[in-house]
Amino acid sequence: MKRILKPRERERMLGTLYSAPMGLWFTLFFTIPISIIILYSFLKRGLYGGVEWEFSLSAYRQMFNPSFAKVLFRTVWISIISTLFCLLIALPCGYAMAKSKHQTFLLFLIIIPFWTNSLIRIYAWISILSSEGFLNTLLKNLGLIDQSLSLIYNNQAVIVVLIYMYLPFAILPLFTTIDKFDFSLLDAARDLGATKLESIIKVMIPNIKSGVSTAFIFTFIPIFGAYTVPLLVGGKDSTMIGNIIVDQVSKTRNWPLASAFSMVLTLISLIGVFWMLYSGKKELHQEKNNQQALEQNIKTHHSQRGKK
Amino acid sequence: MSHHRNTLKTSFSFSYTMLSLVIVFLFIPLFVVVFFSFNSVKGMQWESASLIWYKTLIYESPSLWAAFRNSLLIAFTSSISATILGSLAAIGIKWYRFKGRSYITTVSYLPMVLPEVIIGISMLIFFSAVKIRLGLFTIFVAHTTFNLPFVFMMVSARLDEFDYSTLEAARDLGANERQTLLKVIVPSIIPAILSGFLMCITMSLEDFVITFFVSGPGSGTLPLYVYSMIRYGVSPVINALTFVMILGTMLIAFFFRKFLKTVAASS
Repeated sequence: MKRILKPRERERMLGTLYSAPMGLWFTLFFTIPISIIILYSFLKRGLYGGVEWEFSLSAYRQMFNPSFAKVLFRTVWISIISTLFCLLIALPCGYAMAKSKHQTFLLFLIIIPFWTNSLIRIYAWISILSSEGFLNTLLKNLGLIDQSLSLIYNNQAVIVVLIYMYLPFAILPLFTTIDKFDFSLLDAARDLGATKLESIIKVMIPNIKSGVSTAFIFTFIPIFGAYTVPLLVGGKDSTMIGNIIVDQVSKTRNWPLASAFSMVLTLISLIGVFWMLYSGKKELHQEKNNQQALEQNIKTHHSQRGKK
Repeated sequence: MSHHRNTLKTSFSFSYTMLSLVIVFLFIPLFVVVFFSFNSVKGMQWESASLIWYKTLIYESPSLWAAFRNSLLIAFTSSISATILGSLAAIGIKWYRFKGRSYITTVSYLPMVLPEVIIGISMLIFFSAVKIRLGLFTIFVAHTTFNLPFVFMMVSARLDEFDYSTLEAARDLGANERQTLLKVIVPSIIPAILSGFLMCITMSLEDFVITFFVSGPGSGTLPLYVYSMIRYGVSPVINALTFVMILGTMLIAFFFRKFLKTVAASS
């Protein structure tokens, strides 16, 4: 006869049964590999690649080498500029999409280039910007220039292509949040005398904060860890932290240093993610508070009326 | 009333202009590439219309097609395993309390937000530490790992809308766990499962960075092949390939147009 489980036991067993496969998968192929990286970053470099089992902080010390520090600094400013551009461009786009009657079609238009292979998109930019590329050929044919302009293999090219690649990552979350926004609030603000810009900045932006922080994280983190864009359209002075990590693994074979850089990248990403989660929670909390305040107001209002 | 309509209209047209410009910006590079795929000569100087690069692409690029076969194989196998594992876990996490629940929730979120380079490097170091040879299998493992969080998230979001009393009703009527799962839960969350699966397929076909780290000799996927073509000389065959790939993407997006909003909400 089948043993009958107590509800609590049954719940535990079923929950484990459903979730264990994914839990094990992530432990084996995510948690353990990341732990190995953390471990390796504190070990000594092996003579022919790999590591020696001896505690050492030399990898972290090497990171302060001026040439690496420069790359770190460059990664930060390139990421900030590209992310800001993405957000500033994406905000009105998300707004227009949310207001439009043709949402599915517009989503279709945004998603097509977004789903097109990233290397193909980078390739498209190479064929536009390179010295024998589309833009230079066009300008020459028009007689505007005699010699090719150098439009590619510099930091500006990296920023333009990064914005191109990650713009949809900013547009999509902003669109979803603005789509849920109650536009009558804007009318209310206008009725109370706010200008259009004021009503957008003071009423809409605070209400779509979670979308803005999601858009920020989803563009900033991949841009910060970018590897292919600086490699393919950047010059000698456009390497970013992602390129260093790959070079340290595949060329120099300095695994501890690659691991240490990965730790930096991971930590910065995690700080961003927790900030996003925190601001999302705060917003939820605020909403609750507002709701409570509103209910309180209504209650006092009613009780006052009752007294009269 | 009238001034309202006017201001709304102007704000609408500013954002609308911006959106139109962005769409043009997003499409121009692709159009340029596609346009020159019909050029009879190499380079960006238009000569005459020709389908020569398409002919080369179809008949004279066996290694490209081998890479494409690898890509399809990896995309389907990794998406199927990620969809099954992720959907089941979402159900378990949503309705049951058990040990390790918060660990699984946290860990399922991380691969989605960490930079691809980190996932790639950590897997490469892991595989070499446990001495697994790099090849199709390691690519399959890596793709399943980065696909899982998306399925998990999309199915979880759908389960939030699921009415728990339906489940109780099914049990009260004598359905066992397997019947409840297959006949009650799965049918009602199938849109989320499908859009998760679709997301997996596109991301798997798209991925370059992670695959780059965990691929071995002979296991190259299409993005890796494109990479080697870009690095070692530009060829108009890529232009032709671009057009074919854009058409493929449009076809997928068109078939799943109902789910585009779910996809947007989770990407």
